[in-house]
Amino acid sequence: MIARLLRRVGGDLSCQQAVALVTDYLDGALSSTEEARFERHLAGCPHCTEYLAQIRATIGLTHGLRSDELTPQMRDHFLELYRRWSADEL
Amino acid sequence: MRRANDRRRLTSVSDDEQLLDRLRAGEEEAFVALVSRHHDSMLRLARTFVSSNAIAEEVVQDTWLGVLRGIDRFGGRSSLRTWLLAILVNRARSAGERERRSVPVGDVEPRFDVAGAWITPPAHWAEDVEERVSAAALRDLLQGALAELPPRQLAVVTLRDIEGLGSGEVCEVLAISEGNQRVLLHRGRNHLRESLEARLRP
Repeated sequence: MIARLLRRVGGDLSCQQAVALVTDYLDGALSSTEEARFERHLAGCPHCTEYLAQIRATIGLTHGLRSDELTPQMRDHFLELYRRWSADEL
Repeated sequence: MRRANDRRRLTSVSDDEQLLDRLRAGEEEAFVALVSRHHDSMLRLARTFVSSNAIAEEVVQDTWLGVLRGIDRFGGRSSLRTWLLAILVNRARSAGERERRSVPVGDVEPRFDVAGAWITPPAHWAEDVEERVSAAALRDLLQGALAELPPRQLAVVTLRDIEGLGSGEVCEVLAISEGNQRVLLHRGRNHLRESLEARLRP
């Protein structure tokens, strides 16, 4: 009870609390006080440090799924769409 | 990560505006370039609302037709991408509420004891995951994990993490609050992380 109270007024975060803040932290959405508490927890906690690194790795890998190439077929398809639209067929 | 940033620069707003001007001048190559630039985001986003690839492709095509017809109505208040994706979301929503099998994802949150400490701390793989699992296997694993996400989580993860949009733009496109967006993103990312963890835990 006292521990929870202390946490609320700026004491140490538990791992569970730190993990819950990771997305806000990465988005820069924490207040400077919250951010400082989060980083203080991380500095003393290899597990949460690994967890944060894993989330970052996951984001990087997920971004790797993106493809910005149209297949030649899709290219032709959209060119055709454009031509039909400009010829007033659509 | 550097490649990712380069890619983001490729979809810069000024390039879109230039292409839009050329499209308004009737250049078909500008249309294909615009489509190519946004196709992946549009198709993936459409796919989170409708139940098949074919329908998603129709929604994307329909969106572009709407863009061609309404191109003079685009006033540049938001970025072209935001405008495009918002039109797409409207069309995808009306194309049918998604009937994808929503497998309950179960408890994807990491487990903690009553004091909030890790019960099973994360394994160590963040640094060398790409050396330990082949790129193809990682892709498959992530595609599988994405397919298990509830639609709204999938939409947010797709736009934020696959396509690299910022949180403000995602909120605008999906018409959700920042807080809601972050909760969906947090859950979605956690599920993907858990899937990797399950594969990589010794």
